Amino acid sequence: MKILPAWLREFVNIPADDRKLADDLTLAGISVESTEGEGARAVFDVDFTPNRVDAMNHYGVARDCAAIYDKDLKSVAPKLPDGTRSPSGAKFPIEIEDPHGCARYTARVIRNVKIAPSPEKIAQRLELLGSRAINNVADASNYALQEIGHPTHCFDLDLLEGGKIIVRRARSGEKLKTLDGVDHVLHPEDLVIADAVKPVALAGVMGGFDSMITERTRNVLIESAWFDPASVRRTARRHAMHTDASHRFERGADIGIAPTACARVAELILQTAGGQLEGGESDAFPRKLERPTLKLRRGEVRRHLGQDIPGTEIARILHRLGFGATPGRTADAEFTVQVPSWRLDVEREIDLIEEIARLYGYDRFPNTLPGFVGGVIELPDAKKEETIRASLLALGYNEAVSLTFISHADAQRFATATPVEIANPISEEASVMRTSMVPSMLNMLAYNLNRGNAGVRLFESGKIYESMGERTEEQRRLSIGATGAAIPPSVHAPGRRYSFFDLKGDVESLLGAFQYNSVYFDASTPDYYHPGRSARAVMDGATVARFGQLHPELAAERKLRLSAQETPEIYIAEIDLERLYRHDLRKIRYQAIPRFPGVDRDFSFTFDDSLTFERIRNVISALGIAELRALAPAEIFRGGSIHSGKYSMLVRATFQSAERTLRDDEVALWSQQIIKALESLGGTLRA
Amino acid sequence: MYTVPKLDDYSPDALDKATAELIGAVEKEASEVPDERAWKDFRDRWMARKNGVLTQINDFWLKAAPGPQKREMGRRVNELKAKVEAVVEQTRKRISGAVSQIKLKTDALDVTLPGTCRPLGAEHPIVRTMNNIVGVFKAMGYSVAEGPEIETDYYNFESLNFPLDHPARDMQDTIFLAGQDQKQARDRLLLRTHTSPVQIRTMEKQKPPVRVVIPGRVYRNDAPDPTHSPMFHQVEGLAVDTNITFCDLKGSLDHAMKSLFGSSVKTRFRPSFFPFTEPSAEVLISCIFCGGSGYQGSARCPNCKASGWIELLGSGMVDPALYGFVGYDPEKYSGFAFGMGVDRIAAMLYGVTDLQLFFNGDVRFLEQFA
Repeated sequence: MKILPAWLREFVNIPADDRKLADDLTLAGISVESTEGEGARAVFDVDFTPNRVDAMNHYGVARDCAAIYDKDLKSVAPKLPDGTRSPSGAKFPIEIEDPHGCARYTARVIRNVKIAPSPEKIAQRLELLGSRAINNVADASNYALQEIGHPTHCFDLDLLEGGKIIVRRARSGEKLKTLDGVDHVLHPEDLVIADAVKPVALAGVMGGFDSMITERTRNVLIESAWFDPASVRRTARRHAMHTDASHRFERGADIGIAPTACARVAELILQTAGGQLEGGESDAFPRKLERPTLKLRRGEVRRHLGQDIPGTEIARILHRLGFGATPGRTADAEFTVQVPSWRLDVEREIDLIEEIARLYGYDRFPNTLPGFVGGVIELPDAKKEETIRASLLALGYNEAVSLTFISHADAQRFATATPVEIANPISEEASVMRTSMVPSMLNMLAYNLNRGNAGVRLFESGKIYESMGERTEEQRRLSIGATGAAIPPSVHAPGRRYSFFDLKGDVESLLGAFQYNSVYFDASTPDYYHPGRSARAVMDGATVARFGQLHPELAAERKLRLSAQETPEIYIAEIDLERLYRHDLRKIRYQAIPRFPGVDRDFSFTFDDSLTFERIRNVISALGIAELRALAPAEIFRGGSIHSGKYSMLVRATFQSAERTLRDDEVALWSQQIIKALESLGGTLRA
Repeated sequence: MYTVPKLDDYSPDALDKATAELIGAVEKEASEVPDERAWKDFRDRWMARKNGVLTQINDFWLKAAPGPQKREMGRRVNELKAKVEAVVEQTRKRISGAVSQIKLKTDALDVTLPGTCRPLGAEHPIVRTMNNIVGVFKAMGYSVAEGPEIETDYYNFESLNFPLDHPARDMQDTIFLAGQDQKQARDRLLLRTHTSPVQIRTMEKQKPPVRVVIPGRVYRNDAPDPTHSPMFHQVEGLAVDTNITFCDLKGSLDHAMKSLFGSSVKTRFRPSFFPFTEPSAEVLISCIFCGGSGYQGSARCPNCKASGWIELLGSGMVDPALYGFVGYDPEKYSGFAFGMGVDRIAAMLYGVTDLQLFFNGDVRFLEQFA
């Protein structure tokens, strides 16, 4: 909102230039974001906090200035002729059917106005404030709003039927066209201003189109009322409206200033549009809003603020802000504080303490550090998370963070869980919370590939979300995505493409950080993986990871490609951190380094293509050779002299004893056992 | 090329001369051996059993020696053998050993070629920044707490002193979950708009003294653009105890900002409004780019818009109303809370002008943080 410093100076003698004033206001909580222009044309752009509706006008800001500089604040006292001596001296009748929605309604009537443009001073100020001058009557209402902050409304009296105002709830099916030309069907909870026949304004939000001031207007009814904040807020929301008036009423207007605002508008109209005041002030006031009387204890000021502020200073601040502050008899006793009608935000002792701190000046409080007894407690899985993250970074994966929303279609495609649906999504593609990390990862991979980034290695540690009837559940998951080179080609060595086994090795590294009895891998994976190039890892009976090449069809469907010709292999992994973190981190125990030499023996076999290495390992480990230290596939090849449907594998066994040097005859015996075992799998020993 | 002469004269002088010639020859030839292949030829020429020089002197000199000189000749031949063997061995070391000068020379590389790169992964700038902030507060005695991202209206708003139908709720455009209409207002689910619900959850679980730092993801209904994201990150903190004051709030945050941004950073506190704190303060730090002067050289500092100050945190004394929700005695306890937007701080620290870069996984962006 805009504020003119020159206008402030009409209410209080400010001993500072505009620049200093802007700083001082900001340090007192009225944040001047920028200043423009100079002198009478200087404009502050002020960001008011929502609690300070009382300050959202020039008089309100001037009141804070009075407190900041300890200066007197001039009062607003409109001078009006005595309307009761006019030909029709009666008051305009007001009926309030809903005193909760409308606690006060003040009105005045002016006859024989002459609608014309506003005089220069008013038009110029409104323009500086970013508000369009309309005509002298409409501008009077707007000018008073800027001046003292209370919203008022002017009706064309001749367009009101039945000679009275009724404040009531709308009837079902009633309609109202508002000033902005929009037709509204009213809700039975909407508070309206009505004449004897029909609604003429949406109370506290906007006046009606059909009773507005026009060039033909001769007679004017001025409304200055107080509407219930929650009621105005609900009505404004229901009709998707936000106006200067609703902004203020929602935050709590000053019920005490309603008659003054009414009189001020009347004064301005009489000055700028002529006419005569008719009758006295109508002031229907069915519900009194008592402002509380609070006690303010010096000890509480000290306890919260940490600084003893002199009683005289407390009294001065409260007095300048318009609070009635009566000190107790002794220096340390409590103040009795009467809260003014414009401070609906002040209801408790702590609210007063805030006012004192704000105007005493935050800068004047010294910096201290609180004492503390206690220890620092980490999150339960912090160490595990750190381990996983450090490993992934060391393995060359970049840490990614992605938005946690996905589309309905992706939720169905990548998980069976019921997704958490968003009522007001940012877009169709972001209509549910993710039930799988995969779509987010695929989107990031696609983003890179589509921009020509051929080598991508990412991981994301995040959450998935699931709807469980009334409840929702959030679970930690890790995803990995990779495509392109495992080792980029260089002048020193040729490159190598990232493969399934790069990913498997990295998954094995991650799992290896944990304590477990058994891990096995099998080919049971969801259908978005390549059926022959994907696996899951099962740790002590629970699936902890699924990984492998993305199904090429899905990759094509999601445009995971560098160009129409280049469709690289995409690899992804999903790790269930909740399950993994049920395991402790691996406990490290030193094992004696063997003092006796190991012996390697190679076995070259041909096997059926369907025979897996896992079966080879199982059949050999079943032999129970204690000295068998390691068993590894050393070479695999197909084709050439090997018949199709077969493959050749060089299996390397390493024997070693911790107690002695092995004898040739025992190694020969074990080798025979291994050969037999491999032959039992249908393998043929090659020459 | 040296050839072994036949000896006619076995006088000591003549033998001395012949011996000296042979030694001179082997040393000269040794010095001319350029590589391992040549060395093998050299070795064979001198030491081969068949017709090597040593074999020849055995045949020509020793076997041919007259009886009385045989003993003296044998001694000399043995010496020569030892000498030749030593020279051959030295030569081998010179051209092929680990310290071979020739090998050192031929092994030389162009050290200006680039090294073989095995890139490390890069920490995400937001996670890195968040960890730094959390680390500072851990060092100040704050334990780490977390909470759910899907929250109830009660924890996100009501218990934080945002009444229903209150304009303060407009400060935070909320993403709501679908299908909540049948529930009581306070049970309706939404995506938390701040990490503050964890303050309530923490106080529900423990009695003072409380000192927690709360990192997490939060959500607002903002369409993505360079300065907005519907998802972002916050770190909040909460300290509640007997006798915690506004001066402690100032001192703690001043200390934390100095730890984070350097000891020369100054802080400034100005009044603000948050429903769950009172009094509330916005915390500014002196601009870390221009040192608070507002100018970099003669140019206006773009980071603080020449003001010399950067807004960084929201903070305040915990509103006593919150204690009512968690069963603390407001007459006994007081405390402060603070919160900051991690994404915005990371963007400022690293000069990132588009928040979307944080979330699209572009490796050209991420790799810069390695």
